[in-house]
Amino acid sequence: MCGIAGIIYRDGSQHPIGDEMTRMLQSMKHRGPDSTGYALYGAPENGNLVMRYKLADANTPRDFDFEERLRKHRAIVESRLRSLGARIDEVEEETKYAFRVSFDYDGDLKHLADFVEDIPDAEVLSLGRTLEIVKDLGDAETVHEQYGLAEFTGTHAIGHVRMATESEVDIAGAHPYWAYPYSDVAVVHNGQLTNYFMWRRRLERAGRRFMSECDSEIIAVYLAVEMTNGASLEEAMRKSLDELDGVFTYIAVTKDELGVAKDELAAKPLVLYESDDLVALASEEIAIRAIVDHEIDTYDPYEREVLVWKR
Amino acid sequence: MTQITYDARGLAEPFAEIPKISEIDGQTARFDAKDLTTRLINLELRWLLYEQGVTEVEIANPGSKHSLGVGILTRCRIRFDGSLGYFGCGLIDGPEIHITGRVGWSACENMMSGVVVVDGNAGSLTGAALRGGDVVVKGRVGARSGIDQKGGTILILGSAGSMTGFMMQRGRIIIAGDVGPGLGDSMYDGTIYVAGTVKSLGIDCVPGEWTDADAELIERKFRLYGLGSPPEFQKFVCGKVLYNYDNLEPSERKLVL
Repeated sequence: MCGIAGIIYRDGSQHPIGDEMTRMLQSMKHRGPDSTGYALYGAPENGNLVMRYKLADANTPRDFDFEERLRKHRAIVESRLRSLGARIDEVEEETKYAFRVSFDYDGDLKHLADFVEDIPDAEVLSLGRTLEIVKDLGDAETVHEQYGLAEFTGTHAIGHVRMATESEVDIAGAHPYWAYPYSDVAVVHNGQLTNYFMWRRRLERAGRRFMSECDSEIIAVYLAVEMTNGASLEEAMRKSLDELDGVFTYIAVTKDELGVAKDELAAKPLVLYESDDLVALASEEIAIRAIVDHEIDTYDPYEREVLVWKR
Repeated sequence: MTQITYDARGLAEPFAEIPKISEIDGQTARFDAKDLTTRLINLELRWLLYEQGVTEVEIANPGSKHSLGVGILTRCRIRFDGSLGYFGCGLIDGPEIHITGRVGWSACENMMSGVVVVDGNAGSLTGAALRGGDVVVKGRVGARSGIDQKGGTILILGSAGSMTGFMMQRGRIIIAGDVGPGLGDSMYDGTIYVAGTVKSLGIDCVPGEWTDADAELIERKFRLYGLGSPPEFQKFVCGKVLYNYDNLEPSERKLVL
């Protein structure tokens, strides 16, 4: 069934969104215990790009040379970044297989992502100046602790708890999805897309890559294509209602916008709370109440609604 | 301290004990649900109604928790000061319930009798398979409200989403606002009243002939719940082209046959 959530502070002020999104997602653990993911928008680091990537999955068999292979592949990632002209500022090892690298680079992002993902088992989870995607197996509190999200402050975030139905229980199948290769755009989705294979073939022919068998990845890549062609986030989301088929509610974010779209049947839930300083939305109201401590009025967006907020 | 145990998904509390934290004054009682789980809130509520002779209960801070106030089968008054999550007040038979906030999906599902008044909005599937009683929502409702409705009345002061009254079999839905596409799709019977605009009618849902009984019903419901003068409504019924069944209860059918 899955659960999705989003928050955006309208004045652009920094808040402990790592903690807040964890509270929202943990309250919806019953909607998806398989994996948890975050797309967090923090403060830009001196104009640097931040890339989150992984070199193995959480359930990859730990064979004899597993750690040695990770060390070797990590060194290749860093050498490839340097060979493209990136000036690496900092590399953090979040887990044995997931890394965060901050670097200065002004070249082509698609080329960079493709070059990194050419390394066996490497997957770029996110790439942007403010976006950081963190996802792993387990519930929100597990991932929060594993990746030290208590320290993360920012302006907006989305998150997802997954009950795997269409594909494997692994990090590749966990949300959010980065809108490869469009920087700072991510998507979480609740539902099923019935024209997945048609769109996947169409987008692959256009040179887009897919890292999972999960239908939700289509939305991120679809939005990236539309935005690359000049559409705004809202325009791309409105068009998606006509071109993507199935039952779905999804939340998409850019570096300064957060939007939600519901299909024409509105069969996947979403509850919305808006105040002067905060917009919070989630599959269930209990998640919004996890971060708002006073009585609130909420509503469910109707079918074919697209709503976008700017910070 | 109550020991709480969970199943593999972290949801159930099979060995939970009744908290017994209410302030009881004769037949009225009040308790704060802020730090209680769904199971403990429902245990406390049932203990008050079935074992303490309480007939009026106020519950503060329900916190949008799911499945609150379900399966209450006695005449009583319950007030939730706040909002409920999914499946609130389902399977009830008799209570008069007032919710000062909003409710999530599937509120009042399979309700047999009684009254539920929601001051705020309600999610999708409100009054699903409703069998009797009145459900009054002063705000808006989501999609597929009154799906499979078998009796009773759903009164909505705001607007309603798509497929309202989907496969409705009996009863009444009164919508003072607008309604989304597919109104009354595949309905078997029952009546839907809409004061605002209808985006589109579903299969076999057609305009019905207005009668004095319709006006009397709506006027009475508005008066009963203190909602002021009702606006003008259009009436929609089943065209009886797609399905055509009689109105007999199974027991009545046996007598006829």
